[in-house]
Amino acid sequence: MAFAAFANTAQAVDAAPRKSSKIALVLLAPGLAYLALFFLTPLVALILTSLQAPALYGDMGEYVYAFRWENYVAVVNEYGETFLRSFGYALIATMAALLISYPIAYFIGVRARKWPAIQAIALILVIAPFFISFLLRTLAWKQIFSDDSWTMETLKALSILGPDAHFTGTPFAVIFGLTYNFIPFMTLPIYTTLERLDTRYLEASGDLYARPSTTFFKVTLPLSMPGIVSGTLLTFIPASGDYINASGDFLGGPSTQMVGNAIQSNFLVILQYPAAAALSIMLMAVILVIVAIYVKRSGTEDLI
Amino acid sequence: MATGTFAESGADLELVGITKRFPGFTAIENLDLFIPAGSFFALLGPSGCGKTTTLRLVAGLEEPTEGKILIGGKDVTNMKSYQRPVNTVFQSYALFPHMTVLENVAFGLHRRGIKDAVAKAHEALILVELDHVANRKPQQLSGGQQQRVALARAVVNRPALLLLDEPLGALDLKLRRQMQLELKAIQTEVGLTFLHVTHDQEEAMTMADTVAVMNKGRIEQMGAPQELYELPRTAFVASFLGQSNLFTGQVVASTSDTISLDIAGNHIVVPKARAARHTGLVTVGVRPEKLTLHTETQTHDAGQNVLTGGVVKDVSFSGVSTQYIVSFPDVGDIVVFAQNMVFGPVVHEGAIVSVSWNIERGFGIEDHPEQAGKFVPDDNTASIAVAQRKALSAELEGA
Amino acid sequence: MRFSFGKALLPIYTVLALIFLLIPIGYTFAFSFNASDKSNIVWRGFTFNNWTTVCQAQGVCDSFVNSIFIGVVATALATAIGTAMAIALVRYRFRFRGPVSLLLFLPMATPEVVMGAGLASQFLTAGVEKGMTTIIIAHTLFCLSFVVVTVKARVASLDPALEEAGRDLYGSPAQVFWRITFPLLLPGILAAAMLSFALSFDDFIITYFNSGSIYTFPKFVYISAARGIPAQANVIASAVFILALTIVIVSQVFASRKAKKLAAPIS
Ligand SMILES: Nc1ncnc2c1ncn2[C@@H]1O[C@H](COP(=O)(O)OP(=O)(O)O)[C@@H](O)[C@H]1O
Ligand SMILES: [Mg+2]
Repeated sequence: MAFAAFANTAQAVDAAPRKSSKIALVLLAPGLAYLALFFLTPLVALILTSLQAPALYGDMGEYVYAFRWENYVAVVNEYGETFLRSFGYALIATMAALLISYPIAYFIGVRARKWPAIQAIALILVIAPFFISFLLRTLAWKQIFSDDSWTMETLKALSILGPDAHFTGTPFAVIFGLTYNFIPFMTLPIYTTLERLDTRYLEASGDLYARPSTTFFKVTLPLSMPGIVSGTLLTFIPASGDYINASGDFLGGPSTQMVGNAIQSNFLVILQYPAAAALSIMLMAVILVIVAIYVKRSGTEDLI
Repeated sequence: MATGTFAESGADLELVGITKRFPGFTAIENLDLFIPAGSFFALLGPSGCGKTTTLRLVAGLEEPTEGKILIGGKDVTNMKSYQRPVNTVFQSYALFPHMTVLENVAFGLHRRGIKDAVAKAHEALILVELDHVANRKPQQLSGGQQQRVALARAVVNRPALLLLDEPLGALDLKLRRQMQLELKAIQTEVGLTFLHVTHDQEEAMTMADTVAVMNKGRIEQMGAPQELYELPRTAFVASFLGQSNLFTGQVVASTSDTISLDIAGNHIVVPKARAARHTGLVTVGVRPEKLTLHTETQTHDAGQNVLTGGVVKDVSFSGVSTQYIVSFPDVGDIVVFAQNMVFGPVVHEGAIVSVSWNIERGFGIEDHPEQAGKFVPDDNTASIAVAQRKALSAELEGA
Repeated sequence: MRFSFGKALLPIYTVLALIFLLIPIGYTFAFSFNASDKSNIVWRGFTFNNWTTVCQAQGVCDSFVNSIFIGVVATALATAIGTAMAIALVRYRFRFRGPVSLLLFLPMATPEVVMGAGLASQFLTAGVEKGMTTIIIAHTLFCLSFVVVTVKARVASLDPALEEAGRDLYGSPAQVFWRITFPLLLPGILAAAMLSFALSFDDFIITYFNSGSIYTFPKFVYISAARGIPAQANVIASAVFILALTIVIVSQVFASRKAKKLAAPIS
């Protein structure tokens, strides 16, 4: 018996595979080649583009390779505020999604264990939004809360909102849209860790004089940390680069532009490739720094 | 419980009419139990008899369907588990995986606001000889080490009542003996009340002041280990706690202090004081080590019961003693333990022998033979498989 | 058991939150029955016409077919490449494990705009014309990491002793893979493929940067948003929703049936 128990821990400590590396290379080669060609090279292309200068006597959208680091200064001057707004919106939306999602995940993953049917139905309803285009879902909110919708009229009639309140075009609407869109991305990973949470730890904590709130903060929450980390990353990263919710055709307006909108319009509308590339590189750099710090601090380095 | 202080001494535990029903299954049936303060009480029973459920009820992790639980005379039935002056060493250890060994052990002390929590946790770890791994995570320990951490985590709180759910199951024999001694020492030193659950009868008998034998959600018999062993009152106790030879027969004669049974033509005498029932069909028994094996024909001695004409079916040598299985026509197989006084077994398979025992060593049990039947100890795979199949087909019919 | 408000709070909250999640879906579904003319914003009465004339609205069906085609091809590519990588990462020891893991994590940590703009820059620099191929390349790229993560979890939960037993029983490496490893990995691979398809089908941002003149369904919605979306788009979205939901429910029911069957005693 003791031997079996020891074998268990030994496995946990040293699960390192032991086969040779030649087959590994064959298996990895296509993927690595693909990532090198279509992920790393584009990043390099992006860096090079971000330093380009307009071609002399060139047309709109024609640039030549250069080392114009001033491009970065220019975009910081022009879009500094947009940058801050993007991260601010993304941060608030991530926190809101976490607060909304955790109880849902806890209910489905822990409290509903005794009723597998309820668990399955609730889980399907959480992922249901994935099955319908997120653009249409966002548009639906826009129309539900458009200025002359009966929803807004009702809210105004009940004096919950002032007589000339708007929803679309406000920062609130953009954050609302981001939060709504990312709730499933937040709920699923948290659910996954909570579903595996061994309730015997909670019993042991109660047995050791911890009241339910202490048990939650000392045991449940730390044990669900991996889910919280993946959930917040899966929300924060796409939210800070999103430009659908903030776009004027959806929930945003001129005063709610996020960095995604700036990249999109620079690249696809006014064809200022270097500015778009510089913005992209900066966005990516900031996100990588935030992710690195966050992953280090939360102690979950084996995300992949 | 009062924060910031340790329990001065153990508290007594009383269960009154406790019943626990799970959907479609009654795990505990009308259980009454009193454990005096400061005693080492062992709850012994086969797997699935409701031992863990009993502990969970006492710890407040499960609500009783009926009945009351009192600790130190105070009704705690409606108290939450974190309010009860009780700690548990869980069968599954339940060590928090995100905390170090030290943090695990100090957890309860911190919750109760006890001073010098870390120093006290170290002391507890020294007691279980694991202070050198204080900063490791539980996953980095072997099963036996984890079990000792679980023990330290509970003992460090000096609860009035400590519940131990098979706490030594994962240890090898030597470590188990050592931990048994240490547990016993801790218990005597601090005067705490220990409720120790085990399926190991030897462990129960060596450690406990009082042993309760549990079967199918009820307590079959309770008492000092020696009393339980020498005078089992049911077939279950007779066979679960050590081995027994049981015979069933009609009472054909009785004197003022003995009854006499007819077992396939043999007369077996049992003292009345040691028999639960004195008339009709009665089951009596005797422990295998109380039997003496004879190769010469035995004359009837007044103080002895004798069975003759047995054939030795099996001889197995186990170091200290040898176990013989002797088959008697119409009586059945009888197990005899004989000390190995000489080199090797005294008889071999096929030998014709007789057995005898002092009538003072026999006992008569309570069970009605028609109901009880002969108890089959479920320690062989065939009987476990049979039980499993029965349970499964019952379940299938239910579904 | 006694009723307690504290215990009822969480289920009530969950029900309300789920209703909140489903509101836009209900809205989209309801407006697929709107007797709208040009824009589908105001409710003008109930009709089945949109469902019967689904392909008559310009661009709806073409873009939908494009999305399906792209989804299928990108899923096949990403699943094949990703499964191989997942097996290598869990089962083999090799140098540069850290950098390889990082390289797989990075695409997931890259916002879609950045990935879209990066690929577009590269295609621009290389003079590649944007179209179906560039969309498929882009979709395969962002699906790849998700496939690796999903399949990796499955490989890691697979007991290596099973493969060793296969070899012990005279299986050649190829036989062991196709008869033991692959069937056991299949649920994970299918899950990864479904996730890939869903990601590809619903992607807009990266697509928009790399699509040239090709329309996918989300791009069609985006472009139409400014001037009003035909109700037929709601029909497509609702139909896809119902189909996907049915697939998920059916596979769930089958999975739990199978689990029950496996748990049942052999008599
Ligand atoms: N939560 C539960 N639901 C249904 N049956 C249970 C539950 N917990 C225990 N049981 C059943 O109650 C019986 C006693 O279990 P337990 O107290 O764990 O036995 P043991 O004596 O081995 O510790 C077993 O038959 C077990 O299957
Ligand atoms: Mg048990």
